[in-house]
Amino acid sequence: MAEQVPLVNYLVLGEDPHLVAQECTSCGAKFFDRRNACASCSATEFKPFDVPTSGELKAFTIVSMAAPGVPVPFVAGIIDCDGTPVRGNVINTEPDPDHVTLGMKVKLATFVVGTDENGTEAVGFGFEPIDSTKAEASNG
Amino acid sequence: MADDVWILGIHMTKFGKHPDLDTVDLAAEAAMGALKDGGVTMKDMGVLAAGNLMAANAGIGQQLQKQIGQTGIPVFNVANACATGATALRTAIMAVKAGEADYGLAVGVEKLSGAGLLGGGGSPKKDGNVYEPKGRYGSVVPTDGRIGTDTMPGTFAQIGMEYGHKYGGTSFELFARISEKNHAHSTLNPLAAYSKRFTLEEIMGDIMIAYPNTRPMCSANCDGAAAAVVVSDAKLKTLDPDQRRRAVKVSASILTSDPWQDQCQILPDVNTLTKMAADQAYAQSGVSPEDLDLVELHDCFATAELVHYDNLRLCAEGEAVPFFESGATWRDGATPVNVSGGLESKGHPIAATGIANIWEVCHHLRGEAGDRQIEGAKVGLAHVIGLGSACGVHILEKAATN
Ligand SMILES: [Zn+2]
Repeated sequence: MAEQVPLVNYLVLGEDPHLVAQECTSCGAKFFDRRNACASCSATEFKPFDVPTSGELKAFTIVSMAAPGVPVPFVAGIIDCDGTPVRGNVINTEPDPDHVTLGMKVKLATFVVGTDENGTEAVGFGFEPIDSTKAEASNG
Repeated sequence: MADDVWILGIHMTKFGKHPDLDTVDLAAEAAMGALKDGGVTMKDMGVLAAGNLMAANAGIGQQLQKQIGQTGIPVFNVANACATGATALRTAIMAVKAGEADYGLAVGVEKLSGAGLLGGGGSPKKDGNVYEPKGRYGSVVPTDGRIGTDTMPGTFAQIGMEYGHKYGGTSFELFARISEKNHAHSTLNPLAAYSKRFTLEEIMGDIMIAYPNTRPMCSANCDGAAAAVVVSDAKLKTLDPDQRRRAVKVSASILTSDPWQDQCQILPDVNTLTKMAADQAYAQSGVSPEDLDLVELHDCFATAELVHYDNLRLCAEGEAVPFFESGATWRDGATPVNVSGGLESKGHPIAATGIANIWEVCHHLRGEAGDRQIEGAKVGLAHVIGLGSACGVHILEKAATN
Protein backbone atom coordinates (compact mmCIF):
# COMPACT_ATOMS: atom_id res chain seq x y z
CA MET A 1 0.00 0.00 0.00
CA ALA A 2 1.25 3.44 -0.90
CA GLU A 3 2.47 5.75 1.82
CA GLN A 4 -0.20 8.29 2.73
CA VAL A 5 -0.04 11.84 4.07
CA PRO A 6 -2.98 13.92 5.25
CA LEU A 7 -4.09 16.88 3.10
CA VAL A 8 -3.90 19.07 6.21
CA ASN A 9 -2.21 18.59 9.55
CA TYR A 10 -5.49 18.55 11.51
CA LEU A 11 -6.65 15.40 9.70
CA VAL A 12 -5.58 12.18 11.46
CA LEU A 13 -5.49 9.12 9.19
CA GLY A 14 -5.48 5.47 10.24
CA GLU A 15 -8.30 3.14 11.21
CA ASP A 16 -10.63 5.87 12.44
CA PRO A 17 -9.88 9.01 10.47
CA HIS A 18 -10.89 12.16 12.31
CA LEU A 19 -10.07 15.82 12.76
CA VAL A 20 -8.13 17.20 15.71
CA ALA A 21 -8.64 20.76 16.92
CA GLN A 22 -6.68 22.70 19.52
CA GLU A 23 -8.99 23.40 22.43
CA CYS A 24 -8.51 26.30 24.80
CA THR A 25 -8.25 24.76 28.29
CA SER A 26 -9.87 27.84 29.76
CA CYS A 27 -12.98 28.48 27.65
CA GLY A 28 -13.19 25.48 25.31
CA ALA A 29 -12.86 27.45 22.05
CA LYS A 30 -11.49 25.25 19.28
CA PHE A 31 -8.98 26.16 16.59
CA PHE A 32 -7.69 24.32 13.54
CA ASP A 33 -4.48 26.34 13.37
CA ARG A 34 -1.95 27.57 15.94
CA ARG A 35 -2.75 30.53 18.17
CA ASN A 36 -0.54 32.33 20.66
CA ALA A 37 -3.51 33.19 22.82
CA CYS A 38 -7.14 32.22 22.63
CA ALA A 39 -9.12 34.52 20.32
CA SER A 40 -12.09 34.11 22.62
CA CYS A 41 -10.65 34.54 26.14
CA SER A 42 -6.91 35.34 25.73
CA ALA A 43 -5.76 32.31 27.75
CA THR A 44 -2.61 30.61 26.44
CA GLU A 45 -3.03 26.88 27.18
CA PHE A 46 -4.41 24.51 24.54
CA LYS A 47 -4.95 20.76 24.36
CA PRO A 48 -5.84 18.47 21.45
CA PHE A 49 -9.54 17.76 20.93
CA ASP A 50 -10.89 14.93 18.76
CA VAL A 51 -13.71 16.39 16.69
CA PRO A 52 -16.81 14.14 16.38
CA THR A 53 -16.96 12.65 12.89
CA SER A 54 -20.64 13.12 12.23
CA GLY A 55 -22.80 16.19 12.21
CA GLU A 56 -25.41 18.31 10.54
CA LEU A 57 -25.06 20.48 7.46
CA LYS A 58 -25.96 23.99 8.57
CA ALA A 59 -24.95 25.92 5.46
CA PHE A 60 -23.80 25.05 1.97
CA THR A 61 -23.22 26.40 -1.49
CA ILE A 62 -22.74 24.66 -4.81
CA VAL A 63 -19.74 26.32 -6.40
CA SER A 64 -19.89 26.46 -10.19
CA MET A 65 -17.20 29.10 -10.77
CA ALA A 66 -13.87 28.77 -8.97
CA ALA A 67 -10.20 29.61 -9.38
CA PRO A 68 -8.45 27.95 -12.32
CA GLY A 69 -7.53 24.36 -11.51
CA VAL A 70 -10.35 23.85 -9.00
CA PRO A 71 -12.78 21.24 -10.38
CA VAL A 72 -16.44 22.36 -10.38
CA PRO A 73 -19.17 21.92 -9.43
CA PHE A 74 -18.59 21.01 -5.82
CA VAL A 75 -20.53 21.46 -2.61
CA ALA A 76 -18.83 23.53 0.10
CA GLY A 77 -20.44 23.46 3.48
CA ILE A 78 -20.37 24.17 7.18
CA ILE A 79 -20.94 21.11 9.32
CA ASP A 80 -21.88 21.28 12.98
CA CYS A 81 -20.06 18.26 14.39
CA ASP A 82 -21.83 17.97 17.72
CA GLY A 83 -20.99 21.54 18.68
CA THR A 84 -17.76 22.00 16.72
CA PRO A 85 -18.18 23.87 13.43
CA VAL A 86 -16.13 22.33 10.62
CA ARG A 87 -15.53 23.49 7.07
CA GLY A 88 -15.60 20.85 4.36
CA ASN A 89 -17.05 19.67 1.08
CA VAL A 90 -20.12 17.47 0.89
CA ILE A 91 -19.00 14.44 -1.12
CA ASN A 92 -20.26 11.13 -2.45
CA THR A 93 -23.57 12.61 -3.58
CA GLU A 94 -24.79 14.59 -6.57
CA PRO A 95 -23.85 18.29 -6.27
CA ASP A 96 -27.35 19.67 -6.71
CA PRO A 97 -30.06 21.08 -4.39
CA ASP A 98 -32.14 17.89 -4.72
CA HIS A 99 -29.41 15.81 -3.10
CA VAL A 100 -27.90 18.36 -0.73
CA THR A 101 -30.22 19.99 1.79
CA LEU A 102 -29.88 22.14 4.88
CA GLY A 103 -29.99 20.10 8.05
CA MET A 104 -28.98 16.83 6.40
CA LYS A 105 -26.94 14.45 8.54
CA VAL A 106 -23.43 13.75 7.29
CA LYS A 107 -20.31 11.91 8.37
CA LEU A 108 -16.63 12.31 7.69
CA ALA A 109 -15.15 10.33 4.81
CA THR A 110 -11.67 10.35 3.36
CA PHE A 111 -10.48 10.02 -0.21
CA VAL A 112 -7.24 10.15 -2.15
CA VAL A 113 -6.66 13.64 -3.51
CA GLY A 114 -3.56 12.86 -5.58
CA THR A 115 -0.21 11.12 -5.76
CA ASP A 116 3.20 12.77 -5.82
CA GLU A 117 6.22 11.62 -7.84
CA ASN A 118 7.40 9.41 -4.97
CA GLY A 119 4.10 7.56 -5.07
CA THR A 120 2.90 9.11 -1.82
CA GLU A 121 -0.84 9.64 -1.67
CA ALA A 122 -2.40 12.78 -0.25
CA VAL A 123 -5.63 11.96 1.60
CA GLY A 124 -8.31 14.58 2.03
CA PHE A 125 -11.64 14.56 3.82
CA GLY A 126 -15.20 15.53 3.14
CA PHE A 127 -18.61 14.78 4.55
CA GLU A 128 -20.99 12.27 2.98
CA PRO A 129 -24.71 11.87 3.59
CA ILE A 130 -25.71 9.35 6.24
CA ASP A 131 -28.15 7.25 4.27
CA SER A 132 -30.60 6.49 7.08
CA THR A 133 -31.57 10.15 7.45
CA LYS A 134 -32.20 10.44 3.73
CA ALA A 135 -34.60 7.52 3.97
CA GLU A 136 -36.28 9.07 6.99
CA ALA A 137 -36.61 12.36 5.23
CA SER A 138 -38.24 10.85 2.19
CA ASN A 139 -40.61 8.85 4.37
CA GLY A 140 -41.43 11.87 6.51
CA MET B 1 -19.77 64.56 23.61
CA ALA B 2 -17.73 66.14 20.86
CA ASP B 3 -19.42 68.54 18.45
CA ASP B 4 -21.15 67.27 15.35
CA VAL B 5 -19.30 66.65 12.11
CA TRP B 6 -20.95 67.40 8.78
CA ILE B 7 -20.60 66.26 5.19
CA LEU B 8 -20.03 69.51 3.31
CA GLY B 9 -19.34 68.18 -0.16
CA ILE B 10 -19.56 64.78 -1.80
CA HIS B 11 -19.11 63.29 -5.24
CA MET B 12 -19.03 59.97 -7.02
CA THR B 13 -17.88 59.21 -10.54
CA LYS B 14 -19.96 57.19 -12.93
CA PHE B 15 -19.41 53.55 -12.00
CA GLY B 16 -18.56 51.29 -14.91
CA LYS B 17 -15.70 50.93 -17.36
CA HIS B 18 -13.18 53.79 -17.52
CA PRO B 19 -10.47 52.39 -19.79
CA ASP B 20 -8.90 55.82 -20.35
CA LEU B 21 -8.67 56.81 -16.68
CA ASP B 22 -6.26 55.35 -14.11
CA THR B 23 -6.91 55.18 -10.36
CA VAL B 24 -5.34 58.60 -9.79
CA ASP B 25 -7.51 60.18 -12.51
CA LEU B 26 -10.63 58.66 -10.99
CA ALA B 27 -9.66 59.64 -7.43
CA ALA B 28 -8.92 63.19 -8.64
CA GLU B 29 -12.28 63.46 -10.38
CA ALA B 30 -14.08 62.38 -7.20
CA ALA B 31 -11.98 64.59 -4.90
CA MET B 32 -12.26 67.70 -7.09
CA GLY B 33 -15.99 67.07 -7.39
CA ALA B 34 -16.41 66.81 -3.62
CA LEU B 35 -14.36 69.97 -2.99
CA LYS B 36 -16.37 71.91 -5.57
CA ASP B 37 -19.64 70.56 -4.18
CA GLY B 38 -18.59 71.84 -0.73
CA GLY B 39 -17.35 75.19 -2.01
CA VAL B 40 -13.82 74.62 -0.70
CA THR B 41 -10.38 73.77 -2.12
CA MET B 42 -7.49 71.48 -1.28
CA LYS B 43 -5.92 74.42 0.60
CA ASP B 44 -8.69 74.24 3.18
CA MET B 45 -8.21 70.54 3.94
CA GLY B 46 -6.46 69.63 7.19
CA VAL B 47 -6.34 65.88 6.71
CA LEU B 48 -6.65 63.38 3.86
CA ALA B 49 -7.69 59.74 4.21
CA ALA B 50 -7.64 57.61 1.08
CA GLY B 51 -8.01 54.00 0.03
CA ASN B 52 -7.40 51.87 -3.05
CA LEU B 53 -7.54 48.25 -1.98
CA MET B 54 -6.05 46.57 -5.05
CA ALA B 55 -2.90 48.72 -4.76
CA ALA B 56 -2.97 49.28 -1.02
CA ASN B 57 0.80 49.72 -0.82
CA ALA B 58 1.01 52.39 -3.52
CA GLY B 59 0.00 55.36 -1.37
CA ILE B 60 -3.04 56.58 -3.28
CA GLY B 61 -3.32 59.54 -0.88
CA GLN B 62 0.03 61.04 -1.88
CA GLN B 63 -0.54 60.11 -5.53
CA LEU B 64 -3.79 62.06 -5.36
CA GLN B 65 -2.07 65.05 -3.74
CA LYS B 66 0.36 65.22 -6.64
CA GLN B 67 -2.62 65.31 -8.98
CA ILE B 68 -4.67 67.98 -7.18
CA GLY B 69 -2.60 69.71 -4.50
CA GLN B 70 0.43 68.94 -2.34
CA THR B 71 -0.20 70.95 0.80
CA GLY B 72 1.79 68.92 3.32
CA ILE B 73 -1.21 67.77 5.37
CA PRO B 74 -1.19 64.36 7.06
CA VAL B 75 -2.29 61.50 4.81
CA PHE B 76 -3.76 58.25 6.05
CA ASN B 77 -3.70 55.53 3.41
CA VAL B 78 -6.23 52.98 4.62
CA ALA B 79 -7.10 49.42 3.64
CA ASN B 80 -10.01 47.51 5.19
CA ALA B 81 -11.25 45.19 2.43
CA CYS B 82 -14.68 46.26 1.15
CA ALA B 83 -15.01 48.66 4.10
CA THR B 84 -12.00 50.70 2.90
CA GLY B 85 -14.06 53.71 1.79
CA ALA B 86 -16.01 53.81 5.04
CA THR B 87 -12.72 53.53 6.91
CA ALA B 88 -11.29 56.53 5.04
CA LEU B 89 -14.40 58.53 5.87
CA ARG B 90 -14.31 57.41 9.50
CA THR B 91 -10.64 58.46 9.70
CA ALA B 92 -11.36 61.96 8.39
CA ILE B 93 -14.33 62.28 10.75
CA MET B 94 -12.18 61.20 13.72
CA ALA B 95 -9.54 63.82 12.92
CA VAL B 96 -12.18 66.56 12.74
CA LYS B 97 -13.95 65.30 15.84
CA ALA B 98 -10.64 65.25 17.70
CA GLY B 99 -10.17 68.92 16.87
CA GLU B 100 -7.02 68.30 14.82
CA ALA B 101 -8.56 69.65 11.61
CA ASP B 102 -11.51 71.84 10.59
CA TYR B 103 -11.90 70.07 7.27
CA GLY B 104 -11.08 66.53 6.14
CA LEU B 105 -11.17 64.82 2.75
CA ALA B 106 -11.93 61.11 2.34
CA VAL B 107 -11.45 59.33 -0.98
CA GLY B 108 -11.95 55.76 -2.18
CA VAL B 109 -11.09 54.51 -5.66
CA GLU B 110 -10.85 51.18 -7.48
CA LYS B 111 -10.21 49.88 -10.99
CA LEU B 112 -11.88 46.49 -11.20
CA SER B 113 -13.35 46.17 -14.69
CA GLY B 114 -12.71 42.68 -15.95
CA ALA B 115 -11.23 41.53 -12.64
CA GLY B 116 -13.30 38.34 -12.70
CA LEU B 117 -13.90 36.18 -9.68
CA LEU B 118 -12.58 37.59 -6.41
CA GLY B 119 -11.31 35.42 -3.60
CA GLY B 120 -9.90 31.97 -4.09
CA GLY B 121 -6.86 33.30 -5.90
CA GLY B 122 -6.72 34.77 -9.38
CA SER B 123 -4.01 32.52 -10.78
CA PRO B 124 -3.66 28.76 -10.85
CA LYS B 125 -2.00 27.24 -7.81
CA LYS B 126 0.13 24.27 -8.76
CA ASP B 127 0.35 21.16 -6.68
CA GLY B 128 3.94 20.35 -5.71
CA ASN B 129 5.81 17.44 -7.26
CA VAL B 130 6.63 16.03 -3.84
CA TYR B 131 4.15 16.51 -1.02
CA GLU B 132 5.42 18.80 1.67
CA PRO B 133 3.21 20.34 4.37
CA LYS B 134 2.98 24.09 3.95
CA GLY B 135 1.37 26.97 5.77
CA ARG B 136 -0.75 27.21 8.89
CA TYR B 137 -2.68 24.03 8.16
CA GLY B 138 0.26 22.00 6.95
CA SER B 139 -1.50 21.43 3.64
CA VAL B 140 0.24 19.34 0.98
CA VAL B 141 -1.94 20.66 -1.87
CA PRO B 142 -4.09 23.81 -2.13
CA THR B 143 -7.24 23.48 -0.06
CA ASP B 144 -9.57 25.90 -1.91
CA GLY B 145 -12.27 23.73 -3.46
CA ARG B 146 -11.08 20.64 -1.57
CA ILE B 147 -11.98 21.84 1.91
CA GLY B 148 -14.80 24.28 1.28
CA THR B 149 -14.50 27.39 -0.84
CA ASP B 150 -12.53 30.61 -0.62
CA THR B 151 -14.56 32.39 -3.30
CA MET B 152 -16.61 35.42 -2.29
CA PRO B 153 -19.82 34.23 -4.04
CA GLY B 154 -19.52 30.88 -2.27
CA THR B 155 -18.77 32.43 1.10
CA PHE B 156 -21.74 34.79 0.98
CA ALA B 157 -23.98 32.07 -0.42
CA GLN B 158 -23.29 30.04 2.72
CA ILE B 159 -23.99 33.09 4.89
CA GLY B 160 -27.45 33.40 3.34
CA MET B 161 -28.09 29.66 3.51
CA GLU B 162 -27.07 29.59 7.16
CA TYR B 163 -29.70 32.25 7.88
CA GLY B 164 -32.24 30.16 6.01
CA HIS B 165 -31.34 27.10 8.04
CA LYS B 166 -31.65 29.01 11.31
CA TYR B 167 -34.90 30.83 10.63
CA GLY B 168 -36.50 29.15 7.59
CA GLY B 169 -38.32 30.67 4.67
CA THR B 170 -35.45 31.13 2.24
CA SER B 171 -35.24 29.65 -1.24
CA PHE B 172 -33.35 30.20 -4.47
CA GLU B 173 -36.33 32.21 -5.68
CA LEU B 174 -36.48 34.40 -2.59
CA PHE B 175 -32.83 35.40 -2.96
CA ALA B 176 -33.39 36.02 -6.68
CA ARG B 177 -36.30 38.33 -5.88
CA ILE B 178 -34.00 40.50 -3.74
CA SER B 179 -31.78 40.87 -6.79
CA GLU B 180 -34.85 41.62 -8.93
CA LYS B 181 -35.62 44.56 -6.61
CA ASN B 182 -32.14 46.06 -6.77
CA HIS B 183 -31.90 45.76 -10.56
CA ALA B 184 -35.33 47.40 -10.84
CA HIS B 185 -34.12 50.26 -8.62
CA SER B 186 -31.01 50.74 -10.75
CA THR B 187 -33.02 51.83 -13.78
CA LEU B 188 -33.38 55.24 -12.11
CA ASN B 189 -29.66 55.66 -11.39
CA PRO B 190 -27.65 57.21 -14.24
CA LEU B 191 -24.35 56.58 -12.40
CA ALA B 192 -24.93 52.82 -12.01
CA ALA B 193 -22.65 50.47 -13.93
CA TYR B 194 -25.71 48.46 -14.97
CA SER B 195 -29.21 49.92 -15.08
CA LYS B 196 -31.15 47.16 -16.77
CA ARG B 197 -34.22 45.62 -15.20
CA PHE B 198 -34.23 41.80 -15.14
CA THR B 199 -37.21 39.52 -14.77
CA LEU B 200 -37.14 36.92 -12.03
CA GLU B 201 -36.86 34.22 -14.70
CA GLU B 202 -33.86 35.95 -16.25
CA ILE B 203 -32.12 36.19 -12.89
CA MET B 204 -32.77 32.56 -11.95
CA GLY B 205 -31.90 31.34 -15.43
CA ASP B 206 -28.58 33.20 -15.67
CA ILE B 207 -25.19 31.57 -15.15
CA MET B 208 -24.91 29.95 -11.71
CA ILE B 209 -21.84 31.22 -9.85
CA ALA B 210 -22.32 29.68 -6.41
CA TYR B 211 -25.78 28.35 -5.61
CA PRO B 212 -28.03 30.12 -4.86
CA ASN B 213 -26.25 33.17 -6.35
CA THR B 214 -26.43 33.49 -10.15
CA ARG B 215 -24.41 36.13 -11.98
CA PRO B 216 -26.90 39.05 -11.61
CA MET B 217 -27.13 38.23 -7.90
CA CYS B 218 -23.41 39.03 -7.47
CA SER B 219 -21.90 42.51 -7.12
CA ALA B 220 -20.59 43.93 -10.35
CA ASN B 221 -16.84 44.49 -10.71
CA CYS B 222 -16.29 47.96 -12.16
CA ASP B 223 -14.21 51.13 -11.98
CA GLY B 224 -15.19 54.09 -9.86
CA ALA B 225 -14.32 56.58 -7.17
CA ALA B 226 -16.12 58.58 -4.51
CA ALA B 227 -14.99 61.34 -2.17
CA ALA B 228 -16.40 63.37 0.69
CA VAL B 229 -15.40 66.60 2.45
CA VAL B 230 -16.23 66.73 6.14
CA VAL B 231 -16.29 69.85 8.30
CA SER B 232 -16.52 70.65 11.98
CA ASP B 233 -19.66 72.14 13.46
CA ALA B 234 -17.81 75.29 14.49
CA LYS B 235 -16.39 75.87 11.02
CA LEU B 236 -19.71 75.13 9.32
CA LYS B 237 -21.33 77.92 11.35
CA THR B 238 -18.98 80.41 9.65
CA LEU B 239 -19.91 79.30 6.11
CA ASP B 240 -22.49 80.59 3.63
CA PRO B 241 -26.20 79.84 4.16
CA ASP B 242 -26.26 77.67 1.06
CA GLN B 243 -23.34 75.55 2.29
CA ARG B 244 -25.07 75.19 5.63
CA ARG B 245 -28.39 74.27 4.02
CA ARG B 246 -26.83 71.50 1.93
CA ALA B 247 -24.60 70.14 4.69
CA VAL B 248 -25.59 66.68 5.92
CA LYS B 249 -25.15 65.82 9.58
CA VAL B 250 -23.10 62.76 10.47
CA SER B 251 -25.23 61.56 13.36
CA ALA B 252 -23.24 58.37 13.82
CA SER B 253 -19.94 57.11 12.43
CA ILE B 254 -19.09 53.60 13.57
CA LEU B 255 -16.45 51.06 12.63
CA THR B 256 -16.27 47.58 14.15
CA SER B 257 -14.25 44.39 13.65
CA ASP B 258 -15.43 40.82 14.10
CA PRO B 259 -15.42 39.62 17.71
CA TRP B 260 -14.78 35.95 18.46
CA GLN B 261 -17.68 33.69 17.61
CA ASP B 262 -17.49 29.89 17.62
CA GLN B 263 -17.78 29.53 13.88
CA CYS B 264 -15.81 32.57 12.69
CA GLN B 265 -12.68 30.64 11.69
CA ILE B 266 -14.84 28.35 9.53
CA LEU B 267 -17.13 30.89 7.86
CA PRO B 268 -16.54 34.63 8.23
CA ASP B 269 -19.09 36.08 10.63
CA VAL B 270 -20.60 39.17 8.99
CA ASN B 271 -23.50 39.26 11.42
CA THR B 272 -22.16 40.02 14.88
CA LEU B 273 -20.01 43.00 13.91
CA THR B 274 -22.85 44.47 11.83
CA LYS B 275 -25.26 44.13 14.75
CA MET B 276 -22.69 45.79 17.03
CA ALA B 277 -22.13 48.63 14.57
CA ALA B 278 -25.86 49.17 14.07
CA ASP B 279 -26.58 49.17 17.79
CA GLN B 280 -23.76 51.63 18.44
CA ALA B 281 -24.93 53.84 15.57
CA TYR B 282 -28.52 53.94 16.82
CA ALA B 283 -27.30 54.74 20.35
CA GLN B 284 -24.91 57.45 19.15
CA SER B 285 -27.49 59.14 16.90
CA GLY B 286 -30.65 58.67 18.93
CA VAL B 287 -32.21 57.45 15.69
CA SER B 288 -34.21 54.23 15.68
CA PRO B 289 -34.60 51.85 12.72
CA GLU B 290 -38.22 52.97 12.19
CA ASP B 291 -36.97 56.54 11.63
CA LEU B 292 -34.91 55.57 8.57
CA ASP B 293 -36.20 56.94 5.26
CA LEU B 294 -33.69 54.93 3.26
CA VAL B 295 -30.88 52.42 3.76
CA GLU B 296 -27.93 51.63 1.53
CA LEU B 297 -26.57 48.28 2.70
CA HIS B 298 -23.80 45.99 1.52
CA ASP B 299 -25.54 43.69 -0.96
CA CYS B 300 -22.29 42.24 -2.31
CA PHE B 301 -24.53 39.23 -3.06
CA ALA B 302 -28.30 38.82 -2.93
CA THR B 303 -27.81 36.32 -0.10
CA ALA B 304 -26.02 39.01 1.94
CA GLU B 305 -28.78 41.61 1.66
CA LEU B 306 -31.23 39.32 3.44
CA VAL B 307 -29.09 38.79 6.54
CA HIS B 308 -28.36 42.50 6.86
CA TYR B 309 -32.08 43.38 7.13
CA ASP B 310 -31.85 41.50 10.39
CA ASN B 311 -28.33 42.62 11.37
CA LEU B 312 -29.22 46.31 10.90
CA ARG B 313 -32.36 45.80 13.03
CA LEU B 314 -34.63 46.81 10.13
CA CYS B 315 -36.84 43.88 11.20
CA ALA B 316 -37.24 41.75 14.31
CA GLU B 317 -34.70 38.96 14.80
CA GLY B 318 -35.32 36.09 12.39
CA GLU B 319 -37.93 38.07 10.44
CA ALA B 320 -35.90 39.10 7.39
CA VAL B 321 -37.89 36.90 5.00
CA PRO B 322 -41.37 38.19 5.92
CA PHE B 323 -39.90 41.70 6.08
CA PHE B 324 -38.72 41.42 2.47
CA GLU B 325 -41.93 39.69 1.38
CA SER B 326 -43.96 42.59 2.80
CA GLY B 327 -42.42 44.80 0.13
CA ALA B 328 -40.83 47.03 2.79
CA THR B 329 -37.48 47.27 1.04
CA TRP B 330 -38.73 48.32 -2.40
CA ARG B 331 -38.42 52.06 -3.07
CA ASP B 332 -42.12 52.60 -2.32
CA GLY B 333 -41.97 50.48 0.84
CA ALA B 334 -41.65 51.38 4.51
CA THR B 335 -37.83 51.06 4.56
CA PRO B 336 -36.44 51.46 1.05
CA VAL B 337 -33.16 49.51 0.73
CA ASN B 338 -30.60 50.10 -2.01
CA VAL B 339 -32.60 52.53 -4.12
CA SER B 340 -29.28 53.19 -5.91
CA GLY B 341 -29.46 49.67 -7.32
CA GLY B 342 -26.98 48.39 -4.76
CA LEU B 343 -23.70 46.66 -5.46
CA GLU B 344 -25.45 44.15 -7.73
CA SER B 345 -26.25 46.83 -10.34
CA LYS B 346 -24.64 50.12 -9.33
CA GLY B 347 -21.39 48.21 -9.08
CA HIS B 348 -18.74 47.55 -6.44
CA PRO B 349 -15.43 49.34 -7.04
CA ILE B 350 -14.30 48.12 -3.64
CA ALA B 351 -12.69 51.14 -1.93
CA ALA B 352 -15.20 53.56 -3.48
CA THR B 353 -18.25 51.66 -2.24
CA GLY B 354 -18.14 52.87 1.37
CA ILE B 355 -18.31 56.52 0.26
CA ALA B 356 -20.60 56.03 -2.73
CA ASN B 357 -23.32 54.72 -0.41
CA ILE B 358 -22.95 57.90 1.68
CA TRP B 359 -23.24 59.93 -1.54
CA GLU B 360 -26.52 58.20 -2.33
CA VAL B 361 -28.00 58.90 1.09
CA CYS B 362 -26.79 62.53 1.09
CA HIS B 363 -28.44 63.19 -2.25
CA HIS B 364 -31.81 62.05 -0.97
CA LEU B 365 -31.45 64.08 2.25
CA ARG B 366 -30.58 67.17 0.19
CA GLY B 367 -33.52 66.54 -2.14
CA GLU B 368 -31.12 66.28 -5.07
CA ALA B 369 -31.62 62.63 -6.07
CA GLY B 370 -33.57 63.39 -9.24
CA ASP B 371 -35.89 60.70 -10.58
CA ARG B 372 -35.18 58.31 -7.75
CA GLN B 373 -35.67 60.84 -4.92
CA ILE B 374 -37.29 59.35 -1.84
CA GLU B 375 -39.69 62.19 -1.09
CA GLY B 376 -39.14 63.99 2.17
CA ALA B 377 -36.15 61.87 3.22
CA LYS B 378 -34.68 63.16 6.48
CA VAL B 379 -32.66 60.25 7.89
CA GLY B 380 -30.64 57.54 6.18
CA LEU B 381 -28.18 54.76 6.99
CA ALA B 382 -25.19 53.51 4.99
CA HIS B 383 -23.53 50.16 5.70
CA VAL B 384 -20.53 48.25 4.36
CA ILE B 385 -18.81 45.01 5.26
CA GLY B 386 -15.24 44.10 4.45
CA LEU B 387 -14.42 40.42 4.91
CA GLY B 388 -11.77 39.78 7.43
CA SER B 389 -13.77 41.57 8.86
CA ALA B 390 -14.65 45.25 9.18
CA CYS B 391 -18.05 46.92 9.28
CA GLY B 392 -18.83 50.59 8.78
CA VAL B 393 -22.21 52.11 9.62
CA HIS B 394 -23.00 55.79 9.18
CA ILE B 395 -26.31 57.47 10.05
CA LEU B 396 -26.91 60.75 8.24
CA GLU B 397 -29.51 63.44 8.86
CA LYS B 398 -30.79 66.35 6.83
CA ALA B 399 -29.66 69.74 8.07
CA ALA B 400 -32.14 71.54 10.32
CA THR B 401 -33.80 74.21 8.18
CA ASN B 402 -32.19 77.59 8.14
ZN1 LIG C 1 -10.29 30.56 25.49
